[in-house]
Amino acid sequence: MLSRTANNLFWMARYVERAENLARILDVTYRMSLMPQDTAVAQKEWFAPLNITGTLFPFSGRYSTVGAHDVLRYMVLDSSNPSSICSCANAARDNARAARGSITSEMWEVLNSTWLELQHVNESRLDTEGVSQFFDWVKERSHLFRGVTVGTALKDEAFQFNRMGIFLERADNTARILDVKYHVLLPSVDDVGGAVDYYQWAAVLRSVSAFESYRKVYRDVVTPLRVAELLILREDMPRSLHNCMNEAYEILKLLSTPQAREALRLAGDLWAHLHFGRIDVIFNHGLHEYLTDFLSRTAALGDEINRAYFTLN
Amino acid sequence: MFSDSCFDEMYAPDRTVRPHYGPLSDWMTQTVPERIAHMRQAAQMLFHRVGITFAVYGEESGAERLIPFDILPHIIPASEWRELSAGLKQRVRALNMFLHDIYHGQEIIKAGKIPADKVLKNAQYRREMQGIDVPSSTYAHIAGIDLVRAGQGEYYVLEDNLRTPSGVSYMLENRKMMMRLMPEVFARQSIAPVERYPDLLLEMLRSVAPHGVHNPTVVLLTPGQFNSAYFEHAFLAQQMGVELVEGADLFVKEDQVYMRTTRGPQQVDVVYRRIDDDFLDPLAFRPDSILGVPGLVAAYRKGCVTLANAVGTGVADDKSVYPFVPDMIRFYLGEEPIIANVPTYLLEREEDRRYVLDHLDELVVKEAQGSGGYGMLIGPTSTAREREAYRQRVLEAPHKFIAQPTLSLSTCPTFVEQGVAPRHIDLRPFVLSGKDIVMVPGGLTRVALKEGSLVVNSSQGGGTKDTWVVG
Repeated sequence: MLSRTANNLFWMARYVERAENLARILDVTYRMSLMPQDTAVAQKEWFAPLNITGTLFPFSGRYSTVGAHDVLRYMVLDSSNPSSICSCANAARDNARAARGSITSEMWEVLNSTWLELQHVNESRLDTEGVSQFFDWVKERSHLFRGVTVGTALKDEAFQFNRMGIFLERADNTARILDVKYHVLLPSVDDVGGAVDYYQWAAVLRSVSAFESYRKVYRDVVTPLRVAELLILREDMPRSLHNCMNEAYEILKLLSTPQAREALRLAGDLWAHLHFGRIDVIFNHGLHEYLTDFLSRTAALGDEINRAYFTLN
Repeated sequence: MFSDSCFDEMYAPDRTVRPHYGPLSDWMTQTVPERIAHMRQAAQMLFHRVGITFAVYGEESGAERLIPFDILPHIIPASEWRELSAGLKQRVRALNMFLHDIYHGQEIIKAGKIPADKVLKNAQYRREMQGIDVPSSTYAHIAGIDLVRAGQGEYYVLEDNLRTPSGVSYMLENRKMMMRLMPEVFARQSIAPVERYPDLLLEMLRSVAPHGVHNPTVVLLTPGQFNSAYFEHAFLAQQMGVELVEGADLFVKEDQVYMRTTRGPQQVDVVYRRIDDDFLDPLAFRPDSILGVPGLVAAYRKGCVTLANAVGTGVADDKSVYPFVPDMIRFYLGEEPIIANVPTYLLEREEDRRYVLDHLDELVVKEAQGSGGYGMLIGPTSTAREREAYRQRVLEAPHKFIAQPTLSLSTCPTFVEQGVAPRHIDLRPFVLSGKDIVMVPGGLTRVALKEGSLVVNSSQGGGTKDTWVVG
């Protein structure tokens, strides 16, 4: 298929996944901030979404305080923030429109109607109808888009590029969430025990809808080691780094071409590290270092995919 | 319901329904107005949802508008169509021979049948095409010939469109809509199908691939989603199963054209291009064009790729060349034109000019190089001031203008505010030329929705109808 179209589909999928992840992060942050705690501590919660998306600097250029009101405004509605939920929905729709001939009508209609709905969302509506309700809606639209895609799209190259976008974005976002919260998960005598810590770990799990899965897998207390293991190494956890790289690697095998050998190798390498990894080894190495390394490798993989499929000479 | 002064498609002068409109007339009387109103609404909604729109230039924010669709079809008996079809094929054959001739031996100029200036000094004449041989010697692969009826119902060719004629997607979608809305009428009459068009188009495009290419790759080159006819580009590409490409998707290497795909460069053999000559290749024509493909024309001249329609067809559909088309038919085919031209005055000729300026209020005066309904004077509906202003324009550059009598175009029953009323129409059939010349029966019927208006252009408020060839 046309490189340009494949690129559009890849990014269309990434933007939808990005919007969903953002809704998760913001929802959890919002809930955490409502917990009974020092106002200063509650305020600090709002740094997390900015750090996860790497937007602290541009944010401070436009807003004066890191707090619920401004961060929500910035991350939901602000069109000058290319990673805001509105910007992501807009970008997803634009990419879909450019690749209109390669997606089904139902796929288009989901993205188009989501974007149309978002035109009517403003601060006062968020205030009156509730922030959590809004985030639920965003997640639902993302689920709907994936469902419609799986239910209607022809399982051809276009479909694979679409899926690749989903899993690369998901792996990237999950690693970022973990990285920002890593200090919570670092084993330290002082941090062990206490209700706040439990809620912090639970919040990390909930932000990737993994709380119930944790219970199923580990029928035991929540510990930082296990949280990290679930989200990095567990193959059966749909949002884990391992599962994402499983899917991405399989897709790259399907799409294999001579020009994409390096992309396939990078993906295979990432996958192997996850497939054969051990969580204690990762913690000894340093969770933060591990995640930073993972992020830079997935970025390199993204570049390589771009070079191999989307920009040819 | 009909007008006494012009030919009505549905009603004969004695006010009886013409036989080929019989079943439709029955259907109209048998169907309750509420159901018809409901059908019209359903059509609107469906067209909106599918997005069959036309971007209108010059409107603020370049709004997308739905082209109004009227559910009352334009019906033509098969016997009439046979003659039209023969006449159209004859005309397009002659035009293609003319194009071949002017880029080769120029015999028609040597024989004095058309002044050299009109051809060689024409802005659309492309010296790059001189001496170049194209597959099947076909230049205008897709021709849209605008037909009108006047007076007693005789047909005339109003205009030829040989560059990037559009409208065929509306023809196809209109038919789909009508079959959905009134299947019972289709059951009562034998209406010739048009759905084959994309098939025929693809077959034709493949047939003109460069010599020696087996299983040619065809693409449709579009200026992109902001072009007014983008819907049609995307629609046709999808119906034919070919890639819809933009300039940036293609590149030329060693005179071969390739498209950028996820599996590497793929050779392209035939480009159905919906970009004007000027913007096609920054190395050959306008250097500021970002829509085109650098090197495309060089590859084309080497015969490594076929462009449909060929470069340089504009000289043949130019209004200043139009008056000579009947002579072309005689010269190249030794036949009399089956379908006549509208009588045309060339204002550079003194007697023509004198006559026209004396009768401005009766005639339609157009710029020879203009497009569509812009920049013309419609005598009968103009004010004295408009005529005076136009007279000045003509006197400044008479060679730029032609004039024709105002034709009393035929009317066709159309739904308007007050109910059903006659409105002027024209018909654009499409002629495909490759190894053979083929047509689908009918074409796009355009209707002027304003009472008395003769302007059918979609960009100026016209609408469309389905066209039925029956019997």
